[in-house]
This record gives sequence, structure tokens and C-alpha cells, in this order.
Amino acid sequence: MGLLSDPNRRKALTSLLTRLNTPIWGMPVEWLVKTMQARGLEVFTQSFTRTLPFPDENKERYMVRGTNIYGILRAPRAPRTEALVLSAPCSPDNSNNQAVGLLLGLAQYFRSQIYWAKDIIFLVNEHDLIGMQAWLEGYHHTNITGMDYTPLQGRAGSIQAALSLELSSDVITSLDLVLEGLNGQLPNLDLANLFHAFCQKIGVLCTIQGKLQRGDWDTAEGYTHAVQTMMLMVLKQASGRPWGDHGLFLRYHIEAASVRGINSFRQYKTDATTIGRLLEGMFRKLNNLLERLHQSYFFYLMPSLTHFVSIGYYMPAFGLLATILLLRALDLWVQLGTPAQVTEDGAGEVEPPSSPGVLSVLTPVVISHLTGVALYTLPVLSQETAVEHFPVSETEAVVLTAIAIYTAGLALPHNTHRFISGEGTEQGWRVLKLVALLYLAVLLGCTALINFSLGFILAITLVPAAACVTPHMPKALTALAMVLLSPGCTLLYCVFIFQELQEAPVTLPEGWMLFLSVISQGILDHSLYGSLVYPLLALLIYPCWLLLWNILFWK
Amino acid sequence: MANFIFLPILALINLLFLLTTVHSNSFETKATQFFNSGHTNNWAVLVCTSRFWFNYRHVANVLSVYRSVKRLGIPDSHIVLMLADDMACNHRNPKPATVFSHKNMELNVYGDDVEVDYRGYEVTVENFLRVLTGRLPPSTPRSKRLLSDDRSNILIYLTGHGGNGFLKFQDSEEISNVELADAFEQMWQKRRYNELLFIIDTCQGASMYERFYSPNIMALASSQVGEDSLSHQPDLAIGVHLMDRYTFYLLEFLEDIHPASQANMNDLFKVCPKSQCVSTPGHRTDLFLRDPRSVLITDFFGSVRKVEITREAVNLTSAAEQPVEATSIRKEPKSEPLSYVDQLPVAEIIHQKPKQKDWHPPDGFILGLWTLILLVFFKTYGIKHLKHIF
Repeated sequence: MGLLSDPNRRKALTSLLTRLNTPIWGMPVEWLVKTMQARGLEVFTQSFTRTLPFPDENKERYMVRGTNIYGILRAPRAPRTEALVLSAPCSPDNSNNQAVGLLLGLAQYFRSQIYWAKDIIFLVNEHDLIGMQAWLEGYHHTNITGMDYTPLQGRAGSIQAALSLELSSDVITSLDLVLEGLNGQLPNLDLANLFHAFCQKIGVLCTIQGKLQRGDWDTAEGYTHAVQTMMLMVLKQASGRPWGDHGLFLRYHIEAASVRGINSFRQYKTDATTIGRLLEGMFRKLNNLLERLHQSYFFYLMPSLTHFVSIGYYMPAFGLLATILLLRALDLWVQLGTPAQVTEDGAGEVEPPSSPGVLSVLTPVVISHLTGVALYTLPVLSQETAVEHFPVSETEAVVLTAIAIYTAGLALPHNTHRFISGEGTEQGWRVLKLVALLYLAVLLGCTALINFSLGFILAITLVPAAACVTPHMPKALTALAMVLLSPGCTLLYCVFIFQELQEAPVTLPEGWMLFLSVISQGILDHSLYGSLVYPLLALLIYPCWLLLWNILFWK
Repeated sequence: MANFIFLPILALINLLFLLTTVHSNSFETKATQFFNSGHTNNWAVLVCTSRFWFNYRHVANVLSVYRSVKRLGIPDSHIVLMLADDMACNHRNPKPATVFSHKNMELNVYGDDVEVDYRGYEVTVENFLRVLTGRLPPSTPRSKRLLSDDRSNILIYLTGHGGNGFLKFQDSEEISNVELADAFEQMWQKRRYNELLFIIDTCQGASMYERFYSPNIMALASSQVGEDSLSHQPDLAIGVHLMDRYTFYLLEFLEDIHPASQANMNDLFKVCPKSQCVSTPGHRTDLFLRDPRSVLITDFFGSVRKVEITREAVNLTSAAEQPVEATSIRKEPKSEPLSYVDQLPVAEIIHQKPKQKDWHPPDGFILGLWTLILLVFFKTYGIKHLKHIF
């Protein structure tokens, strides 16, 4: 049963794939529309345009204009209330040519079956994530990111699940499952388990994070391998960017995953027909569902495809870190509550029992946040002036402006302590530190709830800094330590660690360039898809760190 | 001298009376056997409690029992069939209008004469209990009622998802074993059954019959408390499991039963041992007044009438006449052993091996053949061997 059993369908699929092996320049809209209609789908197109805030050097695009094409296979007997999506991004380069062929082959096969209870939408989106965002916004009648798109003519009902396919070769050695989505959201674990179960049933090798599973869990090497896989997932989740086209579906509570075919130098190859059988099996399983996937975990970390760490296990680790901050704050509160010791002869001035109050620390807080706002808005706004004055491209201008503002913030305490009224008092910095600690605790707590990995990584570096910093420590050393523990440097370390874990370690200059591109991607993700990492770091975490920096240089 | 003559005569008369009494006792036993089971009509209440496509096997379970029960003679008017979901016309069914119970689509239990009385969302705990106890609104049609009386034998078959002490209905409510026991007690007090056979095929099914306390109930379950009832086999084309193990082997057992079968309940208790079922089927007979060995399968699964054909006109006007006297007056062997007529010419309907019949003398052909062989033998070897025989 299935694609493999019918030789005619196998031939049709292979011929389709060979035809598609020729390079596709741009999107062959008319050809796709005609082919989909020939297979009996209801075909519609959607065009969209978007101007990026600054040119994207990784993908080489600035003003994006494209067309999405989707065909709807109506369920033969069911009402049109639910839908499943199979998508294949089609890009100007050749990176995904086979996926579209497989999609069309599957569409032809699915059309002749009568057991579909949900409509199936076969989507070919252009400019991968931007096209997908336009399609999803059009489908759900929202406009979060300010994109220009034509409204969708055809609709299929509420989407229950989606799969995104990325295949660049007609034979593969393994399939990689990509789960991390926008803002660190993950699909239901059942979807990952379903994929793994089918891979095992059909005999296809499947991986996660591009790493193969090992069977030896009790040896040291097996354990390190698992930890490495999990750390990769943590870093990918912390970046807040969707790592496959599926990542944008998760925002609409649609369980989605990306399946990427990998062709490495192994001997045993799997052809497209077997992948087709796998996808057919997955779709039949999703078809049999009567509700959205909700039984398994939504928050998990996977050291391998057969093991997962649930939120009940990893959240206490973060809780302990947050407790450090709270205990420190409690300690400061008690210190602030008891009045200062009177000197022996009674001639020493007694500090007024009331602290200078929160208002005195308002100034550093406001100034830090204004710096944060500057860090958020100025890089993009001032790219034109920067390009005029300096011989850099727009992207470089944006990134370098961001770094400049970040570094300029380091100089703040020297310049602003004149304006602080409660300066010079012992109480002043304690109050400021109390405020900073509580602020950081709340911030990290909220971040960890939404995107645990991001919250945890920030907590690891910021909690020691926040707990230990006082004006009385050796200034130079502590300043160096603070800078090394700042969010910017955390990002730098993460870049290097990520490359190490991917087994493609980079040298320092390459790492630096990668770091710069990561910053630009972060800003772009925020404006294109609504990723929250950049505003969080710029508007909230960075001012918090600046408060701590202010405490260090308290006079 | 007269005594010697008197004694043999006395003995002869005694012998005569003995013979008649013995004969009348055998007639009485036959007569009591005629009224042994005590039921005059059969009902069946067959319930599938789970919906959703992947619970296909529960619907197939119930439909296969329905099929057996109908084949053995219970008409649709005496069957209350409750199916919680429609599998045959489900959008996901690759073979619409069919429900298969064997893989490779060997046996379609849906057919074209299935009459479902309670369908879809009508299968609720309340409706089930109302059917059992008879407390239905006056507007309920006859097909949805259990119109049993105190001479009815009722078969109740439940399947679905269950646990320790409860059975889940429709993914939203449950019936507990206490409720079920109370419903049966209501039935007993309202004299709505003569005997009840309760079969349940769910996980931990034995917990459902633990609380019964009304007389004349026999219960079977597919698994003990703490055990799961397992499904039998998936069909790769349809994509779901088709039957549960216990009901699968029950169906196989019932396929061998025909309306004149003499199989009894002890055979039913042996259906699906642990080696086949993985779970341990259980049964409960302490509330049942008769010995399970004497209870026929067809007492519950079929609608068997005990028919005796007579060529005599029976005089019903004078009820005082004892049939014992009648037989003692008439000396002729009218007392040939009475036997029940085969209701259905079984051997023609069900092609089974004929059971042990009386020995027939060989055919004329075989007789002639043997005679020929013997003649040839004696002719060849000489007649003198005959003297060894005689």
C-alpha cells in the first residue's frame, strides 16, 4: 500500500524529479499553477512585497517581491473545516529543487485516495520565511509585521498541522528534523515522536540537530554526545529565530516541523519514493487525528530523538539561579531596613533611618533605559548618515552603530553621576542594587517562561554579576569581569560555542564576522517576523546590566 | 398351593407397576427438561461505547457479536444495538460502508441488514440505563426499547475503554460497576429478565461484574483487574486495529455454534485462554442458579424454541386426566422415546461434519464386493480352509 506499491506512480514521480533537476531561476509560477491544476487541486496564488530595514547580506536581498502558490486538495467526503499543510520553500538558487517535485508527486497520489478527512494544502512559498509569513498572515487575516500582500482567494479551514520539506538531492542518506521555531517555541513532542516512529518503521536514518543518535547512554562519550545535542538545541532555541519554514506556524498554535534531507557520504541511500512513503504515512496519521495535538509536552529539550528533558526537570535549575537574586535582594532589604551603626562616642552622625528612597535611583534607571531605547532604534534609523560619513555598507553601518552605542553605555557612570542626587551615600547604591536585582529576577523569570534557553543563558552570566557587584570591589578587575559577563559578550561566546558544537570551529576573526552577522540577523528577524530577542536584549536586559555597571562605579 | 401361585402373580403385578412408574419417571424427566431453562424469548443488548476512528475495533466487536446473535435466530426486533460512532461511513474509512473484523478484508460485519437502534451521541449512560430498566419516555419507538418480561433471557455485551470499576462512554462520561449492579437489581425487581448473560470486553473488565448482587446473572469478562485487554491485529490498508482479541476468539467460537448445538457455558468459559488473549478472561457464576454445564450457548445467543411434533390430537378440555394413567392404560409402546425435531436441517445450511449417527449396515455394493473377495479366496486356496472357520 502506498507510493511504493504502484510502479506507475513510481515512474511518474521519478520522471517528475528528473525534469525538475534542471535549475529553476526564480519561481516558475505559471508552470506550477498549471501542474497543480493538472493534478486536480484548487490552485491560488498570492503576491507579496517587503522592504527590509537594511539589506540582508546573508541572503542577499533588500527589496523582496514574490509569489506564493498553493493548491488545495479537498477531502472527498468531509466538510471543509480542517486542513493540513505540506510546504516546500522554493528559492532562486537550487537549494530546494527536489522538494517541489516530491510535493507534486505526493499531491498526485493523495488526490486519488478517498480516506482524507481534512483538506491538504500544498504550498510552495518564495523567499522562504518572508513568503511563509505573508501566506500565514493572509490566511489568518492578521498583519503583525507590516508586510504588503494580496489577500488569499482560497481557504481550507483551520490548519491542524504542517510539515515543511527541504530536499536538495534526489537521494538522501538521512532526514533531519528541525523543531525550533520563532521565539523558541516548539511543536508538540508528539510530532517529533511520530516522525521518529515512522523513520524507524520505514528504515530511514533520522537525526536531530544533524547529529546521529548513539546507543550507549551510560558511557562518558555517549553522555557527552547527548549533552552536545542538547546544547545545540538550547542555543538554537535561545536565538529566537525560526530554523525552518515551520517556525512561523507555531505562533498560530499549529504544530509544525521541518524535515530536511541530508546527503552525506554514507553508503546506504534512500530515494525519493521512500521519503514519499514516509510523508504519506505521517499525513495519514495526522489525518486520523480528531483534535489538535495537545497530549504531549510543549516544553522540552531533546538530547536525542528517543529522549527528552521535560520542563519539570529543567525549570528547577533556573529556579535556583533566580533564587540567588531573590536572596541577595532580601539581604539588601534587611540591610536597608536596619539603621547604620552609631560610632562609639556617639558623635558620629546617624544616618537617617529612611533610605534615600526609590526616587533617587530613578535617574540611573531612566538613563539606562534611554540608552537601551537608543540601542534599539538608532542603528536602523541612522544607517543613512552612517553610510554618508563612513565607507561601510548599510548592514555594517547598522551593526557597528549598535556596537558603538553598546560600548558608549560603558562610559555612562562617569558622565551621569553628577546628576544623581543620592550619590555618595551607602544607601544609594544599595537601593539601586535592590531595584536592579528585583528587576533582573522578574525579567529573567518572564523570559525563561517564554523561552527557557534564552532565560537560562542570560541567567548564567548575569546572575553572578548581579549578585556580587558592589562599589567596593577592585574597579579594574571587576569592570573587566562585568564586561565579559555582559549580554554582548554572552552572545559572542554563544557564537563560538555553537560553531564548536556544529563541529565547524571558527577562528577569532571569522567568529567576529559571524557575530556581526548574528546581530544583523537578530535585528532583521525582529522587524520581519516579530522575534523578541533583539528588543528584549536592547530594551530590557542591557539597561539592567547598565544599572549594575552603574553600581560598580558608584561614588 | 394358592400361595405359590399368588406370589408370582404379585411379583408380576409389582413388576408391571414398576415398569409403568419407571416409564412415567422418564416422561417426567423429559417433561421437566422441557421446562428446564425457563425462558421463552431472547433479547440482546449490544453496546459499543467509544467513538473516534481509532476505536474502530470496538464497533467491529459489537457488530460481530450482533452478526452471530442474528444468525442464531434473535430477530432485530429483539436486539437493541447501540453504536457510539459510525465507522462504516467515517470520512477516514478507505472502504466506505464496510466494517471488517478480519484483516485482508475477509469478513465484512456491517453488511446491508444492520439495524442500529442507538447511534452516535445517543449512546449515553443515561440512555443505556433507561433501556435496561425500561424507564423510557412514552414517545420512544419500539425498536429502542427492551421489552423483556420475566421469561426473557437477555444477553448484554459491552465493549469500549474501561478501568477499574468503570466503563467510559463517548470520551466524556463513565458508568460505574455499582450503577450497573443497581440497574440489574432494578431489572430483577421489575421482573424484566429470567436469566442474564453479561459479557464485557474492556481493560480490567472483571471489575465491572464484581458488584452484581441480583440472582440469575452470569458474567464473563475479557481481563482481570489490573490487566489490559489487547487488540488483535491491525490491517495495514485501513490503518487501525480491527478487533479485540477476546471478541475475535469469541467470534471464532460462535461461528461453530448452530441453532441446534448443545455446547454449554463451560465451553464459553474456555474461550481465549491466556496464551491467546494475553489477558486472563474471567467469569462469575455464583449468582446463577443453574449449573453452567447445563446452560446451553443457544439459551442466550440464539432464539431457540423447543419444538416437539406430535401427530396426535391432544385433548385439552379435561385437565384432570393424568397423562401417567393414560400411558398405563395403553400398553402399546406409544412410549417410544420422545425427541425434539431438528429445527433446521443443519447439515444443509452449515456444511459441517455430520455428528456420530447410528451405525448403518454397509451398502449392497460393499456387501457384494466382500462376497466376491471371499469366493475368490476360497476358490483359489481351496474349500478345505472353510473348516477352519466352522
